[in-house]
Amino acid sequence: MSEPLIFELSSPGRRGVSLPAPDVPVKPVASYLPEADLRTAPPELPEVSEVDVVRHYTRLSTLNYHPDRAMYPLGSCTIKHNPKVNEDMAALPGFARLHPMQQDETCQGGLQLMYELSRDLAEIAGLEGVTLQPAAGAHGELTGLMIMRAYHEARGHARRKVIIPDSAHGTNPASVTLVGYETVQIPTNAHGLVDTGRLAELIDEETAAFMLTNPNTLGLFESEIRTIADIVHDAGALLYMDGANLNAVLGITRPGDMGFDVVHFNLHKTFSTPHGGGGPGAGPVGVRSDLVRFLPTPVPVKDGDVYRFDYDRPDSIGRVRGFGGSFGMMVRAYAYIRANGPDGLRQVSENAILNANYIMRRLEKSYPRTVLVHGTQKETQIPADVPCQHEFVASGTRFREHGVRMLDIAKRLLDYGFYAPTIYFPLIVPEAAMVEPTETESKESIDRFIDAMTAIAEEVENDPELVRNAPHTTPVGRLDEARAAHPKTLNLRYRKSLAE
Amino acid sequence: MTYIPNTDADRQAMMEAIGIGSVEELLTVIPNDVRLDGPLDLPPALSELELHDSMGEMASRNGSADRMASFVGGGMYDHFVPSAIGHLAGRSEFLTSYTPYQPEVSQGTLQGIYEFQTMICELTGLEVANASMYDGASATAEAAMLARSATGRDRVILAGSVHPHYVETVRTYAHGPGIEVEKLPCPNGALDPGQLASALTGDTACVIVQHPNFFGCLESMSELERVVHGAGALLVMAVDPISLGVIESPGAYGADIAVGEGQSMGNQVSYGGPALGFFAARNRFVRRMPGRIAGQTVDQENLRGFVLTLQAREQHIRRDKATSNICTSQQLNALMATIYLSLIGKEGLKQVAELCLHKSHYAAVRIADLPGYELAFDRPFFKEFVVRTPAAPGEIVTRLADDGLLAGIDLARFPSLEMEDGLLIAVTERRTRAQIDRLVEALARFS
Repeated sequence: MSEPLIFELSSPGRRGVSLPAPDVPVKPVASYLPEADLRTAPPELPEVSEVDVVRHYTRLSTLNYHPDRAMYPLGSCTIKHNPKVNEDMAALPGFARLHPMQQDETCQGGLQLMYELSRDLAEIAGLEGVTLQPAAGAHGELTGLMIMRAYHEARGHARRKVIIPDSAHGTNPASVTLVGYETVQIPTNAHGLVDTGRLAELIDEETAAFMLTNPNTLGLFESEIRTIADIVHDAGALLYMDGANLNAVLGITRPGDMGFDVVHFNLHKTFSTPHGGGGPGAGPVGVRSDLVRFLPTPVPVKDGDVYRFDYDRPDSIGRVRGFGGSFGMMVRAYAYIRANGPDGLRQVSENAILNANYIMRRLEKSYPRTVLVHGTQKETQIPADVPCQHEFVASGTRFREHGVRMLDIAKRLLDYGFYAPTIYFPLIVPEAAMVEPTETESKESIDRFIDAMTAIAEEVENDPELVRNAPHTTPVGRLDEARAAHPKTLNLRYRKSLAE
Repeated sequence: MTYIPNTDADRQAMMEAIGIGSVEELLTVIPNDVRLDGPLDLPPALSELELHDSMGEMASRNGSADRMASFVGGGMYDHFVPSAIGHLAGRSEFLTSYTPYQPEVSQGTLQGIYEFQTMICELTGLEVANASMYDGASATAEAAMLARSATGRDRVILAGSVHPHYVETVRTYAHGPGIEVEKLPCPNGALDPGQLASALTGDTACVIVQHPNFFGCLESMSELERVVHGAGALLVMAVDPISLGVIESPGAYGADIAVGEGQSMGNQVSYGGPALGFFAARNRFVRRMPGRIAGQTVDQENLRGFVLTLQAREQHIRRDKATSNICTSQQLNALMATIYLSLIGKEGLKQVAELCLHKSHYAAVRIADLPGYELAFDRPFFKEFVVRTPAAPGEIVTRLADDGLLAGIDLARFPSLEMEDGLLIAVTERRTRAQIDRLVEALARFS
């Protein structure tokens, strides 16, 4: 049975929270505000008791799968364990009830945390300066692109194009458009890596940047990264790293050492802050020394023993949001970095890589790693002796003969109690499933996942119908997506707005 | 302390299974010349106990509203947060799950989005709302981008009474795509409709106003609406959701798009974030909206369910043709706002808004009575107002902090406002008469 909407639980006169009576002289509202500005029709909010609210949202919560329940192998999203102490630290009243418009003298603890976190992230990235302002990974990309644009403009020519691999996250080209550049796509070669020859041909004096993820979205390390960096820099362009996959390289290699000029961090991936069902995240950006002057304002700085926000940055791109950033997420990431220390962070990446390779090897017979040869529908196998990094992308084309798609396998996995891998991404792998276990899964947990994937591959052979009709045990079955895409299904207010 | 469950023995078993002797063999693809040759230069690991101590000490060095009476607003406010919100939103099912890409096992989040969208439509009086934006400033910038794409016009006009952070964010977003941004000064605390009329041109995509504005004042909305639509531009309103308990909705004023900062609805100020942007618009703009939208549908058994919909607008489908690049937004903050609005309810929102009106007006009258102080603007206001002060407002704020008072925002911090003697004071329902009286007494020392 489905849970009613909170509006359907409404009963006139019920209240969920009590408020104090006014303790100051009270005048009619119309004496404060002009009549034309007084609300005529009050918003139809539900009228429910605290018990109604608590039960409704508790029942709703039970309809969600989540990583505190079982493995959540969603590739590219780094769904690792979110340490509980981080939540307590962010909830400390000294942090949670600190207002961003207070004067710096009353915010020394908050500023210190921001200053130290930006130094820590700069060290992890091997870069000089960091802004903590961007609210999410895509927001970080946008900020990074704005910084790169400002760099080119300062040199007298804004340039026009940004090159991205055909395996890139969709946010990359979308961010490129937002900053007024054009996207030029570069094909991936048969080894699943950047075709450096093609890169050298494509790049020119109109190229502002090359955006790359390393390890890339196939989970493969771009071994020719120094060559790539040289090609990019020789053309006067900048090399941008999408930091979505930073969980693979902590303490092993650093973006700056690889030749990247700009990188964004996803605090909600690598640095363990919870995803909240789709945010909040945080997307700080690190840059090399000559780009520091373009960072958004304000930047937390330290003068002697005193911390303050520096607003006096004439070359800054400006603000990308209000206030100083998603501070609550910074508190969690700071706690995570402090808890792990330098050795712990390296262990994070080593264990993430070992876990992914263990799954890849044990599943490679049923779920081989392939990639489409550029411009064709021909699949080529990634050589077995090439290790993946923190994730890998398997292909499900061999199930086509049974009329089963990777979508079906993903849905069937839900019946086994696991969340599904990322599917149909990257676009250059047919019937793709991108698996990222992270370092916080135990061997037992991973073995259970491997067993489930293996069992489903057998089901495809023996009972494909079972897989095609999955899921069978979830709160709802497969949903009719087309039906949701009408204005009348986007909120309850539609009918009312027609009547008005 | 790490959060890695596997032991050396586990790792050994896994390495044997895949035929390697050490993890190093998996790293051979990383060339030596980019490898880090020593440990990262970071402080050593702390135990959980040590973490509590050191971060607790750091937090205690802040003068936060748990220890000070706060009159600081300017876009984020110290409103009351009912206890149930933290307990419900802190449940692992909501807190730790990802974006609801598998709707069969994400109905909790998806239905929450649908309820949020409905509540935002109710509050704003508009027809469609999305699942959330990063914050009020970036939502305003996205509104400008939508207006440009919907009208094909390249110029955006902002009232100078809009929050300076919103203005700066719009400018930052506008730079790359070449959108011209014009800010109209508001020396009288609100945008003058006559001045706007002469600034409007045939290439203006939208006019952005905030109501109540950054100074707390109400704008002349009806006149502004006529002027804006008369020029064929879109009207974008940034609004305070709490004010919508007593003040007319953007939809009723005729706005095309409403955006705002939703922190006031059940979220902590948290030194600026995570915040909560909201975005609502007329139906005709739905296919140009940024961000995620949930819609209602049914499964094979005709059971009601919810999915992310109209995804052909979004980056993961449309890539460089997407209406925005937004992906992760502020889902948990939106859920907290949804729970807040459920608890507070229809009557409660009005009551909170009225308490803000009573208390802020009590404070304003008492402060304006002090020698040397006067209200900066002769306009109606909601919960926030500007006073001109006899001493530098920055000095007043600094000195009053010693008395446990966060007196407000020194407007000299925003040079673009040209209000060096302005102190912006916010009074929410959370402030008591005793606290307000204490503020008045302390301010009197500067008379």
